[in-house]
This record gives sequence, C-alpha cells and structure tokens, in this order.
Amino acid sequence: MKVLVPVKRVVDYNVKVRVKSDGTGVDIANVKMSMNPFDEIAVEEAVRLKEKGALGEGGEVIAVSCGVTQCQETLRTAMAIGADRAILVETPADVELQPLAVAKLLKALVDKEGPSLVILGKQAIDDDCNQTGQMLAALTGMPQGTFASKVEVAGDKVNVTREVDGGLETVSLSLPAVVTTDLRLNEPRYVTLPNIMKAKKKPLDIVKPADLGVDVAPRIKTLKVSEPPKRGAGVKVPDVATLVTKLKTEAKVI
Amino acid sequence: MTALVIAEHDHGTLKSATLNTVTAAAALGGDVHVLVAGHNAAAAAAAAAQIAGVAKVLHADSAALAEGLAENVAAQVIALASGYSHILFPATAAGKNVAPRVAALLDVAQLSDITKVISADTFERPIYAGNAIATVQSGDATKVVTVRTTGFDPAAATGGSAAVETVAASADSGRSSFVGREVTKSDRPELTAAKIIVSGGRALGSNEKFMEVLTPLADKLGAALGASRAAVDAGYAPNDWQVGQTGKIVAPQLYVACGISGAIQHLAGMKDSKVIVAINKDAEAPIFSVADYGLEADLFTAVPELVNAL
Repeated sequence: MKVLVPVKRVVDYNVKVRVKSDGTGVDIANVKMSMNPFDEIAVEEAVRLKEKGALGEGGEVIAVSCGVTQCQETLRTAMAIGADRAILVETPADVELQPLAVAKLLKALVDKEGPSLVILGKQAIDDDCNQTGQMLAALTGMPQGTFASKVEVAGDKVNVTREVDGGLETVSLSLPAVVTTDLRLNEPRYVTLPNIMKAKKKPLDIVKPADLGVDVAPRIKTLKVSEPPKRGAGVKVPDVATLVTKLKTEAKVI
Repeated sequence: MTALVIAEHDHGTLKSATLNTVTAAAALGGDVHVLVAGHNAAAAAAAAAQIAGVAKVLHADSAALAEGLAENVAAQVIALASGYSHILFPATAAGKNVAPRVAALLDVAQLSDITKVISADTFERPIYAGNAIATVQSGDATKVVTVRTTGFDPAAATGGSAAVETVAASADSGRSSFVGREVTKSDRPELTAAKIIVSGGRALGSNEKFMEVLTPLADKLGAALGASRAAVDAGYAPNDWQVGQTGKIVAPQLYVACGISGAIQHLAGMKDSKVIVAINKDAEAPIFSVADYGLEADLFTAVPELVNAL
C-alpha cells in the first residue's frame, strides 16, 4: 500500500522570528528554513512502517510539499529519510497558502495516487494552525487519528493511540485513513550523507495547483502582525525568604 | 447573528474550557447557543443551561457520540450549522480535533486559537509560538473558530436559565471506533484551569526526584504540576503535563518554573501567566528574561527551603 506524507518548509524551530516594522508579517528573509519538526516525525513513521513490512509488497512512501520552488530541498530531506519519491505542488511566492487550500491540493493528489494512509504532522510551527490533516480527512471522507503517539496497521484497519488532554486514547480507523503525528510518536533518524546522495536521484515531480484544479486563493486576510506585549523587567531575588515575602506582599499571589 | 458553542464535557459535568468559549462567543454580540453532543449527557446539558448568557442548549444524545469521535461529532455539528454565523470550539485536544473537520465540510477556513475578538469577522491569534500576534479577518459566511481558553475569562456557571432542546442525533460514520482510554490519575487541579502551577524541567534528573522535590511544593500551594518537553521526553513526567507550543497553553496567577531553561517553545505555553517565578542555577537561562522573580539557586536546596518557608 501507498503512504502519502505531506511535509512543510518552515522557519527553523530554533530561530526567534522578528515582526516586520511595517506590521505586514514576520521577517523570514535570510532565515534558516527546515522541515517542520512534526513532519519529520511523519516521514519517519511512514518509513518505519515500510521497513517493518506493514505496507506489504510494493509498499511506497510518497512525500508531498506545497509551496515555493525551494520546497524541493524539504522533499529531498524526506527522501533522504527514506521516502521513495516526491511531488511538489509549486505555487508562486506571493501566494500565501492556507490550510484549506493545502487540504484541497492534497485531496486532489489522494484522488490521483490512492494512498491507504496519509500521515501529516499535527501542526506547523509557523502558523500554529493544527488544521490540515483534519481538513483533508473531511474532504476525502476518511476517518482521522490526530495527535498520534502510536500507529499500528492491522489488516484493513489502523489503530491509533492519541495524546489527549488527561492521558491517551486509542481509536480504530478503517483504511484509507488520515493520521497526524504528535511529538512522542518516534525519534526521527539523522540523514546520512550516502542517503542524501541517493535522495538526489529519486524522482521528484512538479505540478501546479491549476493542474489539480484547485483554487488556492487565501480565505483569511491578515490585516496586521504585531509584537506580543512585552513583560515588564523582573528582578532577581537573593534568597528564598525574599522570594516568599515578595510573592506575599508585592505580587500577592500566595 | 447567532453563535454555536460546542461544549466539552465528560457527560456528567461540563469542562471549564466551555465557559471561556461562551465568553468569546458572547463577545461577538449575538445570541449564544450551546451544543451538548454525547451519550446520557443530560446532566451536562442541564449544566450548560445554567451558564450566564446562554440563550439555548441543543442536546444530541446517541451512543455514536459517546466517545467524541471526530467523524460523528463533526457530522452532528454540520447537521445544525446552517442556522449559525459562528461555530466556536474550545482549543483543547477535542476541539482542535473536530473544528477543522467541520470547517472543511462547510468549505470555509478555520481560525485557530483566537485570543481576542475584535469584531464579528476579525480576531487576534498568536503565530510562530506566540512570538507574533496576527490580526486576521475571515470573509467566509460561517466562521469556524477555536478559542484559546486563557485568552477569555470563564462565563459564570450559574445565573442562566436557557431552554434545553433535544435535537436529532446523527448516525455513526462506521469509519472509526473507540478502543480504549488511559487516563492519568490526579487529585490536583486541572493544569489548564489551575491558579498556581509548579513546573519542572530536565534539571530534576529523574521521575523520582521530580515527584519528590516538586510534589510537596505543589501540595503546599494547592498547585497543578507541569513539565517542560525535556522533562516529559526523559520520562520524568507524563505527556499531558507538558506546557508549551505543542503541549498545554496555561496562564495561571503564579507559574513556578524549576530547573527549566526557557526555550521559545516552552515560553509559548506560559508567558501569559500573571506572575512567573524561575528557580535555576544557570544565571544565563532565558527563563530569567520573562520571570518576575528569579532565584539563582540549586533547585534541590531552594525548593525544599521554599516549602518550609510557606
């Protein structure tokens, strides 16, 4: 069976972004970009399923990214982890892709490729939306297993253990299904140089949203992006006694 | 203009996140209705009817809705959606699971984790782990929104007297089923609703030390226990204690960070706390840049001292 793994190119998680002074967005010019951390976990999980034989004879892992030309680098990384091939849905740099548009693009690819499983990250660390997987599941009519910390394919079903408020819960989904990954699902492997070299030879197809018949125009308008309110400067206290006094008399929180 | 709030409940009682979501819905200016979808959840529906500011409670009862499966709950919301200009969910694990599914079925964009209502179509929401605040406007006919509970005060749980109306429950999708649940047992206040939180990081060193050092302090303060991702990944604390961009977002009156360096991702989950105390022996730890009171000390001596001093 085929597994489709959508991956997103985002500002590296270690970068502290700055808001542009004109309030139009955050400054991502010349900032280090990487694969969204949750998506790395998704690729790793798909590759592990393949390595375990859970995908059966002819099992294939297809990485997909939607966005600018540079997303090819992200797809190469996915193929270095172990994805077999990749598809880039290329969009112009001035078009802001929102989750609904991405979900529609992915739906078109699902219709074309017919995967049994789509594994996405639970959220992208730039827009912090946490929507695309659920939206794709809705559009394709597939069941969803979000925030997965364990995925087990069993025949024509997949059992997904989910991280929920207060603990864990397990659901059983009929395939084809959509799964989104939480942090604890796995530890993505480091890509090795030989695998990076091999990934360069793997096929990468490029399509346009129009080829898939999808309108990617944004539905939500960003009016302004601003700095979050700054906290007032704090103080260092010399000892525990002072801390307790300050909490009681100054902050009055205990 | 009427807003529908999807209640979060455990059938018997409402989760407090519902109350914060009602406040956000009321800020839109129209009537507020609440949907209680579940199985044998009449008590939760009755509780929803008591919330101040709620005009009507819709109660859907079916075994298919018992475990909150996204496929079935989304179908239930869709069946009712046509009468509403806004559909609001709390931004909890349950709300985040269902809301985008509802939005896509309605072919509308979804707004995640709003922290402020500016007008009926304009909202504020944090992006980039809370390092920027975006003001966003939706042009869609129906606004599907998840509400960051720490951004809104809870509505009063009593004082209302809404009518409870039974609505037809939607059928089981047949595509998913519930297998089981493993609940972390805790007598402490719920993390997201706690007034005081004591949180520990990697510096605690082990699960035993984490519990041994932090439990007495949490007991003394009547606080919930939280943890950084490093502490959770190392197995010192359960997953659902994680505070941060990818865990819980909290904003208590007092947040005590013990042995937490203060990575961007952790700060995203707690920097709206009213008062932040940091106990860390590393003078350069980024947590000190957001702490109102910083104590540069070894937590293994400072925390027990603090317990004694309280």
